[in-house]
Amino acid sequence: MKIPVSITINGRQYDRDVEPRLLLVHFIRDVLGLTGTKVGCDTSQCGSCTILLEGVSAKSCTCLAVQADGASITTIEGLASHDGLHPLQESFWNKHGLQCGFCTPGMILASHELLRCNPNPSDAEIRHGLEGNLCRCTGYQNIVRAVRDAAGAAEGGAQ
Amino acid sequence: MSASTFGSGIRRREDPRLITGSASYTDDIVLPGMLHAAMLRSPYAHARIESIDTAAAAAASGVVAVYTGTDTEGEIAPAPCAWLLPDSGLKIADYHCIAKDTVRYVGDIVAVVVAESRYEAYDALDLIEVDYDPLDAVVEPKQSAAEGAPQLHDEIEGNQAFHWTVTGGGDIGEAFENADVVVKETIVQQRLIPNAMETRAALASYTPATGELTLWNTTQNPHIVRFLCSLVAGVPEDRLRVIAPEVGGGFGSKIAVYPADFVTVFCSKKLGAPVKWAETRSENYQATTHGRDHVQEIELAATKDGKIVGLRATVWAGMGAYLSTAAPGIPTILHGLMLSGVYDIPAIHEDVYGLYTNTTPVEAYRGAGRPEATFMVERLVDLLAAEIGLDPVEVRRRNFIPKFDDGHDVVTGLTYDSGNYDGALAKLLDKAGYDQLRAEQAAAREQGRHIGLGLSTYVEICGLGPSQVAGAIGFQGGLWESAILRFHPSGKVHVMIGASPHGQGEETTFAQIVAGELGVSPDDVKVIHGDTDNTPMGWGTYGSRTTAVGGAALALAARKIRDKAKVIAAHLLEAAVEDMEYDDGKFFVKGSPDSSKTIQDIALMANVAWNMPEGVEAGLEATSFYDPPNFVFPYGAHLAVVEIDPETGHVTLVRYVAVDDCGPQINPVIVEGQVHGGIVQGIGQALWEEGVYDEDGQLLTGTMLDYALPRADRLPNIEVHSTVTPSPHHPLGVKGIGEAGTIASTAAVYNAVIDALQPFGVEGVNMPLTPERVWRSIQEAQGRN
Repeated sequence: MKIPVSITINGRQYDRDVEPRLLLVHFIRDVLGLTGTKVGCDTSQCGSCTILLEGVSAKSCTCLAVQADGASITTIEGLASHDGLHPLQESFWNKHGLQCGFCTPGMILASHELLRCNPNPSDAEIRHGLEGNLCRCTGYQNIVRAVRDAAGAAEGGAQ
Repeated sequence: MSASTFGSGIRRREDPRLITGSASYTDDIVLPGMLHAAMLRSPYAHARIESIDTAAAAAASGVVAVYTGTDTEGEIAPAPCAWLLPDSGLKIADYHCIAKDTVRYVGDIVAVVVAESRYEAYDALDLIEVDYDPLDAVVEPKQSAAEGAPQLHDEIEGNQAFHWTVTGGGDIGEAFENADVVVKETIVQQRLIPNAMETRAALASYTPATGELTLWNTTQNPHIVRFLCSLVAGVPEDRLRVIAPEVGGGFGSKIAVYPADFVTVFCSKKLGAPVKWAETRSENYQATTHGRDHVQEIELAATKDGKIVGLRATVWAGMGAYLSTAAPGIPTILHGLMLSGVYDIPAIHEDVYGLYTNTTPVEAYRGAGRPEATFMVERLVDLLAAEIGLDPVEVRRRNFIPKFDDGHDVVTGLTYDSGNYDGALAKLLDKAGYDQLRAEQAAAREQGRHIGLGLSTYVEICGLGPSQVAGAIGFQGGLWESAILRFHPSGKVHVMIGASPHGQGEETTFAQIVAGELGVSPDDVKVIHGDTDNTPMGWGTYGSRTTAVGGAALALAARKIRDKAKVIAAHLLEAAVEDMEYDDGKFFVKGSPDSSKTIQDIALMANVAWNMPEGVEAGLEATSFYDPPNFVFPYGAHLAVVEIDPETGHVTLVRYVAVDDCGPQINPVIVEGQVHGGIVQGIGQALWEEGVYDEDGQLLTGTMLDYALPRADRLPNIEVHSTVTPSPHHPLGVKGIGEAGTIASTAAVYNAVIDALQPFGVEGVNMPLTPERVWRSIQEAQGRN
């Protein structure tokens, strides 16, 4: 049995028939071919699959595609605009906030959520805000720097 | 712009594709007609397979084929062990890619399902009925060596895979008999799960008409995969193309070529269709190699003044149920030969017993043998300091190998290249404010607070290594690297390298090497790697060897280019070659720098070849093979500061200060990133991580819920410093930095915790130093005292 869903991702509407058990992350990756969103675990621990669901971060491995019917989603592919990279992407690049890059899409989108809730976080608040996302390469330090840098950039932009 | 980019922290060129989701890892690749494989893995640690019924699975929706060990017999050979450790009585058990009669760890493959979709493949796994007859299991290496232990392999008595020894220097027995002081310790180097964020995956695509097979594989060494896959799966090397696309971390766990890879290749060949297998994280925990798993009984002999006179150790190394690709060399060559550490130790003896256990095979894991050696030595030095009442700094200083810049022999047979160990320690103490910290510690103790300081002064062996040595120590491959450097007519450059970076940033650092050698912009250099069809042979990225060995090959290729370009420039400027000078991308006649030819001018002329000197070939391209004359030996000194809450046993890492010396830094920002990541992995071992089996061989830490990885909120900012001591034998003077942090940090954190617990009389606690263990150790010590 398949169920029709209509999900808007990065501004484009996708109408598909899916099995009710299909995870949202597999819908995004396997059905739509948007492979920037990663699967790093099977217990909702690693955060590699983080997306923005109606602007709020969510782990797309913990959500069924049918639950997202009618929703609007942003994945890493949709974060940059035509004008260039999102400030968080720039900051991750500038501050060497990634090595192998596998956790990076989820880490950037989790950071997006962190800054949405707290535009000027302390280092401790950044570390706390990212504890649901695992990175095995960087030791997190340059990720913290990148988020701090992006927060600064956002502040500068508002002035 | 050009030459100055060698040594500058420019942004990585890898990053734009990674921060936008444009990069393709193995599981991101989709081919037309692609099928999906799922492995049925043993739920028992040790059992006989009585029967397998695959009929229901084969009939299930979307299922194309189900194969068992009967189907693969004669089609794919056992997964090979490729480090044939000499003089060790090495006994290699057949590692069948699909188990035939017996399973020997939870995760051993029993069958494979190939289906039209991933979900259908996994559904069908549940329909395979296997009748197991469970057998007794053994999971701990020392118990595996004991009399009466369950036996894993009929033909291998006592579960012993090998017994390796290293003996060097004076008589070890005499050293201990005559010593004023002997300190002893038993250390459990717990089993660790590497946890690269990308789990393992393979996509095999066989074309029956041509007999050609392409294998996308998340590996650290695609050329080794091609070599071994050709031997095991029967695809000739010329028809086998292995591609390591974007690879999401490895840390040693993507060196081995795994049964599941060969099984995926088998399925594609059998079905004449592309077949993808991508493991789940739980499967990764069971089936992708683990690290460490030593029990070490160690002792140190010294004079009453703290001068070390001998070190003796016996190690039981758990190897898992089978020997993984490089496994035998890890607890031996890469461990035992490093037991002198940064110290002048006149006599060393170690016995290492490699034991089969009913667990996931153990392989290289970041540091691979050297963390286990450093921990051993650094622990003993601290015990000696405590025993004779000296500060750990002073004991280290009394035993350091004095500064040397062109070779120092240690009794284990190695020749370290260069080092100034006291220099690194002095800088560390200065940067950390060590004396002040000791004063603060004393003041805190007065107030009932428990602060601890822990040192780790280390040297490691990397840049593996001279191929002649590889042969002598049984490594079934070479350890050289090669690079092709090619100028296009417009002056842009392609570099093709055999090494296979996967997060370490060598697309950037290699471009910086070319920039430094030839005066081009690094933006004009594209580095191509990871595809055996369009890169020259290379032995892979592990052992902190990619920059140290591959980078040297590239520098030598660039120097060949420079030599040829000079001849062409002389011709164009109508001058003698010996009158030519080179500076930062320009060739000119001595004394006339205004009239010059740039490397781009030469590249154009060499490519169009309208006016070449007689006897000089067209094109501007060079290939270099670099086989290092020796290993390189980075070193450093680290300090951890912890505070312990004795009420809960909770350890807070308050500060971490590191001084590392990897020679000249091509890109200091990348070096710092490697140091951060390495240190945090070592901290993870000290405080949180442990792969735990129960006595029946069930993996209790089977998911990320159960295995405690370092998280952002548990760590302080790490303070990173460096000294620069070039390697005398390396074309660029550089040493490796990928593993140094991990090699140093576990001991530093452990020593800090023990230092904090000193007022309670705690002598030793097994890692990881969880609150429960620390709290119990305090209770037990207080009960004793």
